[in-house]
Amino acid sequence: MSDLNGRKVILHDMCLRDGMHAKREQISVEQMVKVATALDDAGMPYIQVTHGAGLGGNSLQHGFALASNEEYIEAVASRMKQAVVSVLLLPGLGTMKELKSAYDSGARSVHVATHCTEADTSPQHIACARELGMDTTGFLMMSHLSDASSLAQEAKKMESYGANTVYITDSAGFMLPEDVTQRVTALRDVLKPETEIGFHGHHNMGLGISNSIAAIAAGASRIDGSVAGLGAGAGNTPLEVFIAVCERMGIETGVDLFKTMDIADEIIFPMMDHIVRVDKDSLTLGYAGVYSTFLLHAKRAAERFGVPARDILVELGRKKMIGGQEDMIQDTAMTMAKQRGLLKQNF
Amino acid sequence: MKKIRCALIGSGNIGTDLIYKIQRSELLEPVWMVGIDPESEGLTRAAAMGLKTTYEGIDGLLPHVLEDEIQIAFDATSAYVHAENSRKLNELGVMMIDLTPAAIGPLCVPPVNLKQHAEKVEMNVNMISCAGQATIPIVSAVSQIQGVEYAEIIASLSSKSIGPGTRANLDEFTYTTSNAIEVVGGAKKGKALAIINPAEPPMIMRNTIYCLTEGEPDEEKITASVLAMIKEVQKYVPGYKLVNGPSFEGNKVAVFMEVEGLGDYLPKYAGNLDIMTAAATRTAEMFAEEILAGTIQLNPVEVAS
Repeated sequence: MSDLNGRKVILHDMCLRDGMHAKREQISVEQMVKVATALDDAGMPYIQVTHGAGLGGNSLQHGFALASNEEYIEAVASRMKQAVVSVLLLPGLGTMKELKSAYDSGARSVHVATHCTEADTSPQHIACARELGMDTTGFLMMSHLSDASSLAQEAKKMESYGANTVYITDSAGFMLPEDVTQRVTALRDVLKPETEIGFHGHHNMGLGISNSIAAIAAGASRIDGSVAGLGAGAGNTPLEVFIAVCERMGIETGVDLFKTMDIADEIIFPMMDHIVRVDKDSLTLGYAGVYSTFLLHAKRAAERFGVPARDILVELGRKKMIGGQEDMIQDTAMTMAKQRGLLKQNF
Repeated sequence: MKKIRCALIGSGNIGTDLIYKIQRSELLEPVWMVGIDPESEGLTRAAAMGLKTTYEGIDGLLPHVLEDEIQIAFDATSAYVHAENSRKLNELGVMMIDLTPAAIGPLCVPPVNLKQHAEKVEMNVNMISCAGQATIPIVSAVSQIQGVEYAEIIASLSSKSIGPGTRANLDEFTYTTSNAIEVVGGAKKGKALAIINPAEPPMIMRNTIYCLTEGEPDEEKITASVLAMIKEVQKYVPGYKLVNGPSFEGNKVAVFMEVEGLGDYLPKYAGNLDIMTAAATRTAEMFAEEILAGTIQLNPVEVAS
């Protein structure tokens, strides 16, 4: 057994939110209920359920899901025996009106997400969530773009608005274990002891598991992942693998390993439109530090304008585009296509 | 030539940038700057640029309105205090240009509906938001040709150009802009998204406009209408540029714009600041032209108690 023997960690499954990206938002209400009830039965404590971009996500920018967020949340929440249903909210996209409506539909936990340097766009939403009595997380996206001490200052702001947990979010799957250790340690130094720290990984460099373990070793107590890794880019930290590693190390998750393995093979894997894995494009995301959700958008733009997806992703990384700027993928592809003589201005 | 005398309320980024825009106008003259903090950089700068200043808020200005012949005021404070500011100044016959998300008066996008507001002598017009000013002209250009089922705009703003007021109240920005896409832009349904990007060097303001047309889009007419509208906006915001599009995919029209500012107070990347202050100045000028020509007259607004 390792040094982490006996440590308790709270798992948060992302299949039905981050996984929506990998499914182009096309998961049906029935599929959500099937996945969520199986996860609930396996003992998963938190399950996130929304459009991939969260509340207010239905848009031309982010795609339209098969059902409204309220329909998904209600269908899932009404069938949970023990799991808490959570949602994602990005200020600038989702609003407090939508948060209240999600609460009325049965959501009791929220990730309020901002880019890692822009925590001060979240005070209204974090305070509103706390007022509703929700388990409230401040979620610092693209955390690799900030150094540890700046990130800790942003985390401190979210704590001051009322967040009871702050997540370090490796949206690009760029971080190495030592990057995670530094950042979690810096947050642990400045946050109140009762404020929890979480880590949300992407598997673009194959490091979802080891990064999550590094986070726990440095003091994190909440881990996001998804069974079978169903998520943006090369997916989230695959939870069935992570649970197996935790068992070997003596870390307690309270989630049934064999049941989770069965869900991965029998329910999630057959749902995948493409096998979510490290391939040349998702690896490019991790290597270049690009927002994982950009992957499928870049592939679509590549098909339409004849510029390879990898070239588009590298250019987006160079231009420092962040989550939410999906419109800039078509724009960048068009500009590159013009430069390469593949596209003429249409007037 | 006689100019219309103006007061600026709020000494933050927007108020300070307005001084430059109004000083250049042939029809307007900035006379007062109103703040609430005697130490504020905006007030110090206003005084150095020859304006009278007060740090006692709107009540510090009121006793001077008549003797200094103030006829137009710009409010760049916050939605919470705007209604009170507007009431007090309207009572004295001062016309109000609202740069907060309060939106108690009609919404104004100069190339779309300014003329109507001036003809009606509206005593309070609202400038919506920077994203609204940058995108609604395009939505309107499309909806003038063909019905728009749904319009969605995405504004990418550099982190350095967004002040604490906007940051703490992002929902108001979303609601105000979404509503204006419908009311002024002419879309049946509107949605606004804002992204704050901290890249260094700061990125120039970018805006993407998507419209879903009723039926197959008339590509030629829509393209011509969009290009003509861009020329109209360029009359008061020279850095308003088309980067890509109009691009058509099914009934989706996509237009990708960039807004470079004049670099008056904040650097050129802050096109969002410029398009707001330039639109407000353009609005004031339209009213000023009519006042100076004697075609409209501002009268004190009597408030029923």
